[in-house]
Amino acid sequence: MSNFLLAWIVLIPLLSAVSLGLMYLYSIKISKISNIVFTTIGISAPFLSFFIGLSFFLQMIGNDEIFVYKAYTWLGVTGYDIDMGFMADKLSIFMVLFISFVGGLIHIYASGYMRDDKGYGKFFFYFNLFVASMLLLVLADSPIIMFIGWEGVGLCSYFLISYYYEDGANIEAGNKAFIANRVGDFGFIIGLITIFYYAGANGFDYINLEANIASVSPTILTFIGFSLFVGAIGKSAQIPLFVWLPDAMAGPTPVSALIHAATMVTAGVYMVARFHFLYDLIPNVGLFIAYIGAFSALFAAIIATKQTDIKKILAYSTMSQLGYMFIAVGLGGYSVGIFHVFTHAFFKALLFMGAGAVIVALHHEQNIFKMGGMKNKTPLVFFTMLIATLAITGIPPFAGFFSKDEILLTAFSSGQYILWIVGVVTAVLTAYYMFRMMFVVFFGKNYKEDRTIHFIPKSMTMPLVVLAIGSILAGLIGIPEVLGGHNIVGEWFVNWKHDSLHVTHNTELILMGVNILAAFIGIFIAYKKFYMYDMKEVPKFSGLVWNKFYIDEVYDTFIIQKIKQLSVFISYKIDINFIDKIVMGLSRSFIRTGQYVSRMQNANTRFYAFTMLVGISAISTYLIIVIR
Amino acid sequence: MADSILSYITLAMILFSIGFLGVISRKNIFIVYMSIELMLNSVNLIFVSMGRYYESIQPQVIALMIIAIAAAEAAVFLSLIVVMYRRKRTLNSDLFTSLSQKDSNE
Repeated sequence: MSNFLLAWIVLIPLLSAVSLGLMYLYSIKISKISNIVFTTIGISAPFLSFFIGLSFFLQMIGNDEIFVYKAYTWLGVTGYDIDMGFMADKLSIFMVLFISFVGGLIHIYASGYMRDDKGYGKFFFYFNLFVASMLLLVLADSPIIMFIGWEGVGLCSYFLISYYYEDGANIEAGNKAFIANRVGDFGFIIGLITIFYYAGANGFDYINLEANIASVSPTILTFIGFSLFVGAIGKSAQIPLFVWLPDAMAGPTPVSALIHAATMVTAGVYMVARFHFLYDLIPNVGLFIAYIGAFSALFAAIIATKQTDIKKILAYSTMSQLGYMFIAVGLGGYSVGIFHVFTHAFFKALLFMGAGAVIVALHHEQNIFKMGGMKNKTPLVFFTMLIATLAITGIPPFAGFFSKDEILLTAFSSGQYILWIVGVVTAVLTAYYMFRMMFVVFFGKNYKEDRTIHFIPKSMTMPLVVLAIGSILAGLIGIPEVLGGHNIVGEWFVNWKHDSLHVTHNTELILMGVNILAAFIGIFIAYKKFYMYDMKEVPKFSGLVWNKFYIDEVYDTFIIQKIKQLSVFISYKIDINFIDKIVMGLSRSFIRTGQYVSRMQNANTRFYAFTMLVGISAISTYLIIVIR
Repeated sequence: MADSILSYITLAMILFSIGFLGVISRKNIFIVYMSIELMLNSVNLIFVSMGRYYESIQPQVIALMIIAIAAAEAAVFLSLIVVMYRRKRTLNSDLFTSLSQKDSNE
């Protein structure tokens, strides 16, 4: 079996990233390299990974084979060997497929979006590095190796948010993302250490952990599950660590599409699904996860209804959809959660890329109330985005309908009616804010009709079409049985616990009806308020929601300012009065001793002779008394 | 015989102490020099008396060599004193401080 190819899924983008980085350095230092070279290498890497992944996928159909490839021993401490291992089970390979495929499409899109940028090669270096890290994250065979990828994607995210580094605000946004993720990673590391300590005796890969986990006491398991989820909160932008995600929109739009919508932010969901053997044993933590997800979903949807920046609307929408995924995985419906990750990757990437196309067409205008009337100017973008919007609002037969319906079904059938209600309300809000954006951007009356539309290259529109087809078809792999379909996703992940769906077909149909109704209510409100919206002037907003519930301000006052005060206290009080006194006092005492000693070097021969006498007498006395 | 070697060594120790006191208490460089010679010869005395006591020839040889070296050293030392006197116009050894830290930039 050609298991070593698993390593190449990660290695190809990594090698490509390294060569792109070197070529970029060569290009800026010595002589210019054409953008075509960067494009070819950068784009081919994720697609090559995709095809390797596909070959493994085809081998897996119809059996439960798990491919493991241990490349070498990464850390060899006696008894605690950690291998650089890759493991492809059904979950990993599923993630690999859509990461590399959607990632590849976004690479193509980026080649159009960034083509006039002077850091073109650098951008693709970061992009490929990101894809490599993300693939390592999903293909790792142990949590430690996964953590390498986990940090790698965080690093690339930081690089790419701060990509336009001339503007200080972008750098702050990058720092914010990085720091918020550090907070989460701290919890993640604590969780890893604990699980290693209690269950890592026979090896630290998932298979051994799964075998050992049952022997750990439930209290410890709860602690581990909670700590690991703190990491997921940071990475997947849930309450309370979500503040970085809206600011992360400072990066170029392809970055938002790839990292902050389709792939990286779903790492938390993947992590929970990957540790399903752990979370199965601690349903209380699972419920906690589901509640965090539900309230993040609702919270983000409420904020999104008032935003004016097109990318921020989509950012909050991403957070909201991630909340849905956490509802599913928290309640044990891992396959449902991953299914939503999958469909979400298509339509959210499409939405971001469409938004990017509109932004480019309007010369980098991001306020939706300054857009308007784009339907006739960019019809292709309009149609593809409409498909994505229908998908996210959950209109059948588009992709989002099936996955969202299954999530709400999971919530309902688990008896968590609060979660279900929150989910349905969020669905109404989702439909409302998405169609608000669509109506304003594409139908709104704009009085500056004469303004020129910037050319949108083919490389930007082509991926839109592919993803639009994906957004229509992606849901078809998970049609529930009640509609005469055949839940391929559920069968693919059949090994996972899935005992919660005890509802009659009639209930299921009614729930579906409720979801569709919710979507249409949202669309209807948006239609009433914003269809043919008259944009004489940009509306001014105020109030609690527009200010995002003052969360940033609250964090600033209660955490950031406190930390600043602490550091001021340390630097001006403790450092000066305590540390400096010790260090400087030490050096002064050396100087003083030296001054005393140097007085002996007074060039007085008689004094020297005297000291010699003293020394010789001392030594002689010693010899006589001690040695005899 | 045992008593007499003890008295020789006592004499040598007294001579050595006198010489040493001379070195650390007198300022005149000639007297310092003479005190050093006294110390040297007190050591010589020990050698010679030991040679007699053990009836061995080796200490006598060493004593002879010390006398020879002391003669050569005397020539060097006296010429140095002459040079230093020309420099400083004094024989006070406390004033020969050109190697001290304070006066090194002289």
